[in-house]
Amino acid sequence: MGKTLYTPSEKRAGRVIAVVLLAALYVLLFLLDNVLPQNSFTLMLIPVLKKGAIYSLICVSMNLLNGFTGLFSLGQAGFMLIGAYAYAIFSIPKAQHEAVYQYFHGGVIRFSIPEALQSVLGADLGAFLGAVICIIIAGLFAAGFAALIGIPVLRLKSDYLAIATLGFAEIIRAVFQWDGLGVVTNGSNLLRKYTSFSDIRVGSLRFTTVFPFLIATLCILLIVLLINSSYGRAFKAIRDDEIAAEAMGVNLFKHKMLSFVISSFFAGVGGALLAMYQTTIQAAAFKTAMTYEILLIVVIGGIGSISGSCIASFLFIACNEWWLRFLDSGSFLGVSVPFFRDGFRKVVFSVIIMVVVLFFSRGIMGDRELSFAGLIRRLKRKNTAAPAAADETGGDAS
Amino acid sequence: MSELLKIDGLKVNYGGIEAVKGVSLTVEEGQIVTLIGANGAGKSTTLRTISGLVKPREGTITFAGENITGMDPTEIVRRGVTMAPEGRRIFPDMTVMENLRVGAYLRRDDLTDDLNRVFELFPRLKEREWQPGGTLSGGEQQMLAVGRALMAKPRLIMLDEPSLGLAPLVVKSIFDIIREINASGVTILLIEQNANMALQVAHSAYVLETGRITMTGTGAELLADDRIREAYLGKKS
Repeated sequence: MGKTLYTPSEKRAGRVIAVVLLAALYVLLFLLDNVLPQNSFTLMLIPVLKKGAIYSLICVSMNLLNGFTGLFSLGQAGFMLIGAYAYAIFSIPKAQHEAVYQYFHGGVIRFSIPEALQSVLGADLGAFLGAVICIIIAGLFAAGFAALIGIPVLRLKSDYLAIATLGFAEIIRAVFQWDGLGVVTNGSNLLRKYTSFSDIRVGSLRFTTVFPFLIATLCILLIVLLINSSYGRAFKAIRDDEIAAEAMGVNLFKHKMLSFVISSFFAGVGGALLAMYQTTIQAAAFKTAMTYEILLIVVIGGIGSISGSCIASFLFIACNEWWLRFLDSGSFLGVSVPFFRDGFRKVVFSVIIMVVVLFFSRGIMGDRELSFAGLIRRLKRKNTAAPAAADETGGDAS
Repeated sequence: MSELLKIDGLKVNYGGIEAVKGVSLTVEEGQIVTLIGANGAGKSTTLRTISGLVKPREGTITFAGENITGMDPTEIVRRGVTMAPEGRRIFPDMTVMENLRVGAYLRRDDLTDDLNRVFELFPRLKEREWQPGGTLSGGEQQMLAVGRALMAKPRLIMLDEPSLGLAPLVVKSIFDIIREINASGVTILLIEQNANMALQVAHSAYVLETGRITMTGTGAELLADDRIREAYLGKKS
């Protein structure tokens, strides 16, 4: 349900454009993985695309909770951590256990889901299905933990909820780094050697960039469907006015819990993808700063806009990892600039963020969605003042 | 006629004080019953208690023969009691259509007929179907609040101060619609400070003062009563 009424033909055309663009994107990604030559450009582009897709999913999952249900939660890094660890632990090959858990006598979990599947289904399909199953397990672990802490935490309101979830995320990080659990989590040491993006292949064809996009698109699509269902309406009703929602018969606790658990599930999936992307993970990296980074992207994209979160994710990652890198290098267009040195990128970045927050306080998209149906209408009636274009179509075109 | 709603000896604490100190009232099926009283008399608290948003300290609420005292709002809405809360409380960032659909949240059947009925009662809402609720005027928001409450297919609809902050002409049209809704078979419990309008449409009326019922009668009786005329209608006897 969008905020503008489109004719069926506009909707259909919008949907067709979205599907065509998405298909074109996947063809491009496939070409990047397999055909296009590796040069300094693609070497920067590919990681940005991968990480952008992963962050899109994580930011949309946070937006579901903060933007659509109105629950100000700051536990995202904690749930990502659970997801990343669950994924890694269940997909480290048996032969690697001694090496990975070198301080814990090889750990206690002595099996690997992708390996088990590979022995039955062959190397390619086994690795793919194994990775997908481990990703789902990662989501389920994060969701299960959310259900557990949701019981006390969701009784708190606004800022207090943020403080409590932030606290829980920090506790999770501390617990995962604890030596006592080292036989499972490897304590404060790295987890590595698990199935990563480069293991996803068919024969000699690589799907390293296609895979994270596939999972992210699928998950974001599921979230969009949820938001447009009657559950999504109940979430938005709770966000807009709790008392009125309750008076309409919406069970507040049940729906807050549902939103919290689902958001955490997808944060866990995002964590698993991040683990695959990085090829090694360590609990120490999942700091509060990571949650703030995600929150920042959500705010820049627009609280309550799925497409805004996706666009902002790619922009943020591209700026952070690529476009603003020259600021750290000491020279610009061959001219050496004295204050361009390590860390200057962060200064410029902070200024850009301040400008965005000061002058675009509703974010890039506000609470609207990118809509191809809306674009068609705008192109058709350039002269008439069309109402603000906003619809869900194409919101998943990450 | 049968009793649809019966409240017996209701006492409610709200915000640290005893806001309702023993209210008993009966709503007959098919009627418009009004509860009038000054600010702070306990009208809204009574209504919030019926809908389950506030739990009573003492007393019973019976709806259609079933004791619903202390039930969750979800269960009470499911049994056919809905409300248009004080201050309208529409969902500002959701469209008019979405607002109406949330009203029917507990229903799993087809909504087309009921949406059409609401749009027939309030043609203005049809025009504003795709507009966020927060952009509507006060009168339109009140229409939306009433429409939203109707979407649950209620047997009893409770309206909390529907005339609050509206222009006299708009108030009149809202009251016309209240009559129309009642004529279609929905029982109405109306809370009002605008005693004049409320008593004109009501079959029976209760006067609430500092948490207690002090007077009761038909709408016409109370309209003619000297004490009511002086206290609530501002007319010298």
